[in-house]
Amino acid sequence: MIWGVLQFPGSCDERDALHACEVHGDGARLIWHESRDLDGVDGVVVPGGFSYGDYLRAGAIARFSPAMEAVAEAAAGGAPVIGICNGFQVLCEAGLLPGALLRNAELRFRCHQVELVEEISGERLSIPAKHGEGRYYAPEEMLDRMERDGQVAYRYAEGHNSNGSARDIAGVTNERGNVLGLMPHPEHAVDPLTGSTDGLRVFERMSKVAA
Amino acid sequence: MTVETPKYRELGLTDSEYELIVEKLGREPNDVELAMFSLLWSEHCAYKHSRKLLRRLPTEGERVVMGPGENAGAVDVGKGYAVAFKVESHNHPSAVEPFQGAATGVGGIMRDVFAIGARPIALLDSLRFGELDSVRSRHLLDGAVRGIGHYGNSIGVATVGGEIYFEEPYEHNCLVNAMCIGFAKTADMVRAAAAGVGNSVVLMGASTGRDGIGGASVLASAELGEGDEAKRPTVQIGDPFEESKLLECCLELLEKGLLVSLQDLGAAGLTSSAGEMASAGGVGIDIDVAAVPLREADMEPFEIMVSESQERMLAVVEPARVAEVRAICEKWQTASAEIGKVTEGGAIRILRDGEVVGEMPVEALVDGCPLYDLEPAEPGGWIYGNRATLAAGATAAEELLALLSSPNIASKRWAFEQYDFLVGSRTVRRPEQADAAVLQLPEADNAIAVSIDGNGRRVACDPYLGTIEAVLECAQNLACVGAEPLGLTNCLNFGNPEKPAGAWQLDRAVSGLADACNALGVPVVGGNVSLYNEGPDGPIYPTPVVALVGELPDAEQVAGSGFARPGDAIGLVGPFEPNLAGSELAKQRGELDTGLPRSDITAVAQACEVVRGAIRAGKLSSAHDASDGGLAIALAESAIAGGIGCRVDLQHLRERGCSPEEALFGEGPGGFLVSGERTALEDLGAILLGEVGGEAIEIAAGDRSLTVSLAAATSAFQSLPAQAERGDA
Repeated sequence: MIWGVLQFPGSCDERDALHACEVHGDGARLIWHESRDLDGVDGVVVPGGFSYGDYLRAGAIARFSPAMEAVAEAAAGGAPVIGICNGFQVLCEAGLLPGALLRNAELRFRCHQVELVEEISGERLSIPAKHGEGRYYAPEEMLDRMERDGQVAYRYAEGHNSNGSARDIAGVTNERGNVLGLMPHPEHAVDPLTGSTDGLRVFERMSKVAA
Repeated sequence: MTVETPKYRELGLTDSEYELIVEKLGREPNDVELAMFSLLWSEHCAYKHSRKLLRRLPTEGERVVMGPGENAGAVDVGKGYAVAFKVESHNHPSAVEPFQGAATGVGGIMRDVFAIGARPIALLDSLRFGELDSVRSRHLLDGAVRGIGHYGNSIGVATVGGEIYFEEPYEHNCLVNAMCIGFAKTADMVRAAAAGVGNSVVLMGASTGRDGIGGASVLASAELGEGDEAKRPTVQIGDPFEESKLLECCLELLEKGLLVSLQDLGAAGLTSSAGEMASAGGVGIDIDVAAVPLREADMEPFEIMVSESQERMLAVVEPARVAEVRAICEKWQTASAEIGKVTEGGAIRILRDGEVVGEMPVEALVDGCPLYDLEPAEPGGWIYGNRATLAAGATAAEELLALLSSPNIASKRWAFEQYDFLVGSRTVRRPEQADAAVLQLPEADNAIAVSIDGNGRRVACDPYLGTIEAVLECAQNLACVGAEPLGLTNCLNFGNPEKPAGAWQLDRAVSGLADACNALGVPVVGGNVSLYNEGPDGPIYPTPVVALVGELPDAEQVAGSGFARPGDAIGLVGPFEPNLAGSELAKQRGELDTGLPRSDITAVAQACEVVRGAIRAGKLSSAHDASDGGLAIALAESAIAGGIGCRVDLQHLRERGCSPEEALFGEGPGGFLVSGERTALEDLGAILLGEVGGEAIEIAAGDRSLTVSLAAATSAFQSLPAQAERGDA
């Protein structure tokens, strides 16, 4: 499995995502935001950071980039797409995922290790989160429908929902399940030396989508 | 009839300095020239009251790649790689507008590091505010922390460590010192000297506006006082997105070998960067201000030359490569403009559409400022206030809890969780996991550790010994993670050097720094000086902030500061002779006075070596230095971090002549609190104090024995958010 990692001006975690994809998969390469061509990759990571500065609204400009047009096509074709943090915000802005991310309830950026529970397996993952706009929001009836259709991928474990996300939601998928967005950073949890390796489980989940 | 103050005086020049400028030019300077001279001859740029003292510092060492005088210092970390680092103050801007002041402090220090071709990989910061019961201090703390987070997080450089102290003398004049660490292939690094007559001078990055005009002279080189609001327009505004693009752009240009030299624009803007590049290269430079991209159309040439607009870099480029350079700038959506040429002779000429509007010898502008001798005189005693906050007759347990909840000692989690400490995947030890931050360098197959320290209160007690202690604490922090120091950088934050007491503090501190570095064999690879840190109530505590970068062979062996295993023995290593002078307890009791006990640098260095060796050999479960609040606080911190209690007996310190109180809360250099197998501790020559285990911190200390539950200690230690955000809802 070859991953492509988008690079916008203002991306921060693209090298970390590239490294995580290399640890997990068979290779990875950066894809420049102006490229309409995904260079034959099997899956795409839209990484964290502050694309185009995010001065307007997180992800609001990145969604218009040529690379995002290519990602939308790939997603429609069933390719796995993971949006992490700012990438999650971009995918929501692009309409590839339901809902939106609002400012944290405490109105402060927060970086800390959080526990997630994968909805399907009940597996607990320890992964860092770091964001100022990570409070997941969707209208109640949409949340009901997402829960019914299995679109809630990860929830914060009890006591770990520090941003005030609706129904403790940390990550969601599209209806087909091939597009995943989550606020915590699995790419920062692939090396025991820097904390944990639980992030690899997220990449494994999404590479199964491609298989 | 009114008497007008001469313009040069308003710009901060003295009568004799102005006369010297006239003499060097052979005529009166025009407005452009006067503005440029006033900035480069300011304390901030010329170090005119500190440069002579700084000659005392040792700057050479086998591992030094770049030393003082470059944009940042750098040390060799093996396999062809170097680590660059520098710390710089942004005190006065932060005291006027904390968010932007701190943010642009971070932005500025990062530019210093990538200017030499190193990719920024980590940030640290050293902050000082007044006591947290002041609304102003809470406002400054909140703004500075948000500002640091805003800039560092947005640009994707991890903020991995730092320190914050709260003391009355910083009430009006807070300190914001930011440090950046960069990583580079040694062969790709560049110096800032302009070269090659006929080469183009290219300005890259943000356009130039009126922000920060006069910042260097008006803000950085005068005491703060009434009417600071009026200075707000001289504080710069940061744009981390612009810097992120500029950073990537510059690193790509350097990697492709397209630049002859590179320099950031900091204090005094184009004036200092062009002047310093020309001076370092022994050439002249022509700058056409009409070619500089502006935010406001009607800016005067002098405004363009002294503007401190952020996120700009100046490069010297061979003419044949200008097109390629500008194409890479376009790729990164970074503006670029050819604004001048490298010239023969030694003049810096400012032109507007071909007309010369200023012309000065580079030597006069950059190196011509007179250097002053200080006139130090020791003040006759304690010159600062000190109100008691601890009730008389408090029990030892009450004192422990009072110290743990002191904002100086309490966990800084509230602050550091507002920073991204992970990005870059190098952070092996996060803030508060160990005494120093540890960053892995897979490229060089090893790791570095970094710590930044400086206890102004102890330096106020004795500037010479207090500064030595700051260096020793930093070295001890590195030893706790198994790292050996490679180089030191520093930021000297002091009051007015033209006053005898301020001069004496600075003079003694620099001597202490020199003696400590010489004794430890650590070179000083760079530094920064911030003087005139005074408010209406007097000067700040003299605050030399020192930072050490060290290397360790194997990051996997690093122990944390928290107790790890019940049943482990607890021991004390090192020549620790605790004393209440200058301690946190003395402060809370209102007993501060001058004087500190002498420290034995050699003995501390030996203890560092012992602990470093034990960590590297994987023999210790935890290591933590006994610092603020003494041994009792070190024990409590290790217990809280590990979530396990301890039972110890400090009677063993009686042999060192300590009273129970001094054994508990006395401070001083040289103490390491370690835990591990009993035999391993005995091998180190540790004094065995007790054992890890239980749900409480139990310390036997004669008539001052105490028992505090781990829950109560943790709650006191985590009380900073409540103190920082009180009444601010």
